[in-house]
Amino acid sequence: MKFQPVIGLEVHTQLKTGSKIFCGCSTTFGSEPNSQTCPVCLGLPGALPVLNKKVVEFAIKAGLATNCIIAHHSVFARKNYFYPDLPKGYQISQLEEPICRKGWLDIQLEGQEAKRIGITRIHMEEDAGKLVHGDVPGLDDGSGVDLNRACTPLLEVVSEPDLRSSDEAVAYLKRLHRIVTWLGICDGNMEEGSFRCDANISVMPVGSDTLGTRAEIKNVNSFKFVKQAIDYEIQRQIALIEDGGSVVQETRLFDPNSGTTRSMRSKEEAHDYRYFPDPDLVPLVIDADWVQHAHKELPELPEHRRQRFITELGLPEYDAEVLTASRGVADYFEECVAFHHNAKAVSNWLMSEVTRALNDSGAAIDACPVIPSQLAELIKMIDKGAISGKIAKTVFEEMWKNGGEPQAIVEKRGLAQVSDSGAIEAIIDEVIAANMAQVEEFRGGKEKVLGFFVGLVMKASRGKANPALVNELLLAKLKVQ
Amino acid sequence: MDIFELTIHQLHNELKTGAVSSLEATKAMLARIESVEPHVGSFITLTPESALAEAEAADRRIASGEAHVLTGIPLALKDIFLTEGIRTTCGSRILHNFVPPYSATSWERLRDCGCVLLGKLNQDEFAMGSSNESSAFGVTRNPWDTTRIPGGSSGGSAAAIAARQATATLGTDTGGSIRQPASHCGCVGLKPTYGRVSRYGVIAYASSLDQVGPITRDVTDCAIMLGAVAGYDPRDSTSVRTPVPDYTAALTGDVKGLKIGLPKEYFITGLDRDVQESMARAIETYGRLGAEFVEISLPHTDYAVATYYLIATAEASSNLARYDGVRFGHRSPQAEGLIDMMTKSRSEGFGAEVKRRIMLGTYALSSGYYDAYYVKAQKVRTLIMGDFTRAFENVDVILTPVAPTPAFKIGEKTNDPLQMYLSDIFTIPVNLAGTCAMSVPAGFSALGLPIGLQLIGRPFGEETILRAGHAFEQATEWHTRKAEI
Repeated sequence: MKFQPVIGLEVHTQLKTGSKIFCGCSTTFGSEPNSQTCPVCLGLPGALPVLNKKVVEFAIKAGLATNCIIAHHSVFARKNYFYPDLPKGYQISQLEEPICRKGWLDIQLEGQEAKRIGITRIHMEEDAGKLVHGDVPGLDDGSGVDLNRACTPLLEVVSEPDLRSSDEAVAYLKRLHRIVTWLGICDGNMEEGSFRCDANISVMPVGSDTLGTRAEIKNVNSFKFVKQAIDYEIQRQIALIEDGGSVVQETRLFDPNSGTTRSMRSKEEAHDYRYFPDPDLVPLVIDADWVQHAHKELPELPEHRRQRFITELGLPEYDAEVLTASRGVADYFEECVAFHHNAKAVSNWLMSEVTRALNDSGAAIDACPVIPSQLAELIKMIDKGAISGKIAKTVFEEMWKNGGEPQAIVEKRGLAQVSDSGAIEAIIDEVIAANMAQVEEFRGGKEKVLGFFVGLVMKASRGKANPALVNELLLAKLKVQ
Repeated sequence: MDIFELTIHQLHNELKTGAVSSLEATKAMLARIESVEPHVGSFITLTPESALAEAEAADRRIASGEAHVLTGIPLALKDIFLTEGIRTTCGSRILHNFVPPYSATSWERLRDCGCVLLGKLNQDEFAMGSSNESSAFGVTRNPWDTTRIPGGSSGGSAAAIAARQATATLGTDTGGSIRQPASHCGCVGLKPTYGRVSRYGVIAYASSLDQVGPITRDVTDCAIMLGAVAGYDPRDSTSVRTPVPDYTAALTGDVKGLKIGLPKEYFITGLDRDVQESMARAIETYGRLGAEFVEISLPHTDYAVATYYLIATAEASSNLARYDGVRFGHRSPQAEGLIDMMTKSRSEGFGAEVKRRIMLGTYALSSGYYDAYYVKAQKVRTLIMGDFTRAFENVDVILTPVAPTPAFKIGEKTNDPLQMYLSDIFTIPVNLAGTCAMSVPAGFSALGLPIGLQLIGRPFGEETILRAGHAFEQATEWHTRKAEI
């Protein structure tokens, strides 16, 4: 029997607001434990939550960018459970009336049609703190609670069970990751847990329309792990069924070291969260003006920009896709093009030299030491024939390392392209004189040898000779007996 | 008259003229507390040292001519109000060692007026009770008869007024916890409209019902206290921006043409005879003053107590989850591991009534029962609100008894929680409706126990009930009687 996996994802994105969702404490990561706390996020008796308006704005933006309906009326609810990192004994979240509903995102796998993935809901909630064990300064032994993260704003984005493979799941996650980072509402840092995912997975016989029993996989915090966890879980469930067993509804934990999942708690052990509307917070009413205002503040979205790069700037689809991977890259690209209207050349440079340098240094595009105007100037110099593409790479390296304008570097280091035919001819003559054997080969019909001569001439000119001119002059001289 | 017997407005006049200093008043009050406290048990914590320092500061402020009417007035707070640096227990063993790092907004506002804090008052544990018997710090006795309960949950706040241990006090009212003890102790007590006073820094029992209010010797004091604590607080999302009027200006003494509604569901057979007679006399008094009466119906009254015990306990089960021994309060010394520590700390820290309500509320919110209990209760709550909205289309004020009987004996109802719950039958609907009401002394039983009448107003209609209560007070002498203690 063949099986069809069915996957739905719940993604928690930590919002990049300066302060927490229900109090004024800072959300900075990695501070001294419990230094960013107050009566509200410590859950002290008598403390009351007050909603951070910025969180609502971010949620509206996320909803608009994922084609959701923004609820006019939404309600915060308490999710009750005991855990030492949850100071109030409940998490303030949303259940029956979330802020966003019924959206979608399109994904596209290579060589396949685009596929629309439904988004059931997006809701706002607070994060919990965290437990720290053992090796922590000031903590002699046992465990401690750090509540700096408590009350940090999260958006939970819940997809429909529309995904059918781990590849689709990863493609969806990447799309969502791009949107929230593009909007500037989440830093997208998966290692620090700013973007984390739980996966609901079930399998059913191909052709069936009855969903199988699902397992929820927690704690998958990289695209690679999501793929691993889903693939493992699909195989586990299929093997179980084929062996005559059945899948039990449970929560499972992914172990990145072994690439496997293991049972965390069964349905019977599942919490009864006893959700009910939080009486400390009044219902959130969002009027049309507020939505409209958020709409106006939205940046041009990645999908729209990708299309525009193809139709307006004439880029190939591949380039447009790569250049809209992040808003920073797309912005950088467009700034360059504004200075020098050769979109394809800029695209090539961005996808090769710039990307390589960024990867090597681990820097993000907004921290790129070569600013767009400088890169554009460099490409312009190639296009004008002032330097060769090869020299340009040397100049780029110099710009990256020590800064400076490309023109100044070319002048200072004497890298300008030599297009003086007299000077080049002199070099050619020397090269020919020194390699008569190869000249004979060429004249005997072995035209590949031309490349050998071009290489020698370029080397002798220290790369500065105009390659087109070198070709032309060489051919002329070699052909003349 | 002794200094400790004065009202706020009387003491203010003495302070203003310099006849008495706040230091003298505070010392007199502390001496009074010392002499009667063994018989009453109003306080959980006394703060004499800081009180004397605050009194001296108040005297300097009065001398500089910048005194508020409350400057230098010695008062006390129910132990549910967080007071920075001063232990706040909420009547519970689980908070026996809790010293809060911040203060409730209502206490901050009183402190800014220059009030002197004498101490923290006894109460039912987490405000759950009608008799003050559920306190982990011993019972409070009714100053009119020390074999009887003072009412609850703000029992200490009412007993301290009746025993002249504070000039005024603050309590909280979730289902009658200000009005019922005020009635049993012969004081004035007002529960404002939900949202009128900030709940920030007040330990939550049932968040959608809790409201802060004063207990005082007379209606004028009540108006002064309410004016000081009322108003929007950005730290409480449920507090409202409705402007705060000068409540004392509403005390005109004139109730001519005031339409008073008498709900037939509240004047039931089986009502205590003394209470019945007091109500009849009160209606006569209002008639003499020119008020008009309209018989009204609040048809869903019968469902109020059941509705309350679903909503209040549901909210409480969640509100009290934070008392887990992790960050503050009682932590069980013999626990092993996290879950055991939390379980044992809660088992040891909470008293029987609190546990009962946590379990009730947890049950009402449980999967499979939520719709049948919590959701249904919310629907009935809407109907009860509707009862009041319709009634107030025809009347300005609703007059009812506060409690079906005068104060009962200590221990009389402790083994019968349902009987205990029914003692709030006339006060609970007001909390569910979210509107305002006050208790005003309206007579005494044959045994000499105080009986209060309840005046219920429209939402944010505090001025009207204060005016009606004040006019009644002017026409009667009940409030001038003093418990012999």
